[in-house]
Amino acid sequence: MRFHPITLTVNGEERRARVKSNTLLAELLREEFRLTGTHVGCDTTQCGCCTVHVDGEAVKSCTMLAVQAAGRQVTTIEGLAAPDGTLHPVQQAMKDCHGLQCGFCTPGVVMMLADFLGRHPGADEGQIRHALEGNLCRCTGYQHIVDAALRVVAAGAAKGGGHV
Amino acid sequence: MYDFTYLRPRTVAEAVEALRTGFDPKLMAGGMTLLPTMKARLASPATLIDLADIGELRGISVRDNRLEIGAMTRHYDVASDGTVRARIPALADLAGGIADRQVRYRGTMGGSLSNSDPSADYPAAALALDARMITSQKTEAAGDFLLGTFATSLEEDEVLCRISFAIPEAAAYEKIPNPASGYAMTGVFVARLAEGHRVGVTGAASEFFRHRDLETALDGGADHAAALDVPAPDREYLADMHGDARYRRNLVRVAAARAIQKMQS
Repeated sequence: MRFHPITLTVNGEERRARVKSNTLLAELLREEFRLTGTHVGCDTTQCGCCTVHVDGEAVKSCTMLAVQAAGRQVTTIEGLAAPDGTLHPVQQAMKDCHGLQCGFCTPGVVMMLADFLGRHPGADEGQIRHALEGNLCRCTGYQHIVDAALRVVAAGAAKGGGHV
Repeated sequence: MYDFTYLRPRTVAEAVEALRTGFDPKLMAGGMTLLPTMKARLASPATLIDLADIGELRGISVRDNRLEIGAMTRHYDVASDGTVRARIPALADLAGGIADRQVRYRGTMGGSLSNSDPSADYPAAALALDARMITSQKTEAAGDFLLGTFATSLEEDEVLCRISFAIPEAAAYEKIPNPASGYAMTGVFVARLAEGHRVGVTGAASEFFRHRDLETALDGGADHAAALDVPAPDREYLADMHGDARYRRNLVRVAAARAIQKMQS
């Protein structure tokens, strides 16, 4: 068994860990750091429930080695709201538009939209649906998720969002 | 996923050395195919060589009317880069349609071409844009590099470094994706180069191929409607639960006509 000492920033805080070469980023976040808001749905790079930001980009943490995150800035769903508890505009819109039912896919959807709408604050419905291709939701039929994204666009609230 | 030794060389020379000296080594680019394959235990390299820190494998530049892209350049960068969008917008469009957004942030052009998945998108562009594959050992035409299903001309100690594409006068890509996986059931890239038209096809058969009858028809002035009358070449097409060989052969004709319409409009 080979171990690698790594240092990374998680939700603005410097963290150290000793990871095996085959430890996934999702495993490190959930099992070592106990940040269980990052969900593992399919474990095959399809469902997007494990989406987190690495250096501000939404990636699937089940398909990245923990050792690859050394020296990087990681943001999980736990780090998205403001320190005083004010929800990120995407979180607030998901709540307001009933963009979730069982909630399993929600952390990944929110992290994806926070990244995408932060870069494309004027996105239209087609672009939003394209951006959500890597996130599977089995409850909502996506309509309310898209509504939430469009509400963020309409409010002009997303600019600069998605980064701690 | 089985245990492995993880290496992170800083130069191509170090990567080549690691391939020569490491036990059962495997290169990893973005890992978007390799890591899922390792998790399913369909691959179990003892030494994993991560190319992420090799700066010389990144970057996009124009040289002698060709667009040169580093092998570790991500799909996201190909899709959004201003130089690619200005010089070969069809290539940027193709990259923006690969997999999903999260995967495009990590998956790379060189990783995809070295993997040579018969349903991948880039091979169609590589054939149509007369791509040259620049490796740690040689420079080779895409048609000689891509040998078929998951096969390339790469030696065991060779690294794909850059891909150089001819900048076309006009080009377009049309993919008919599998609705579940997003992989190309058939993808056709058409390009008008100074020396004539080239048409690259992916997804339809176990080997990527150029559609030469259609290239001749386009050189003769055919439009998208006339292109529908040019049958796909007689060869072995893929047949699986998603579509039989006759269906896929027909998709070549349909995707080609759509790509031509896009290119000519």
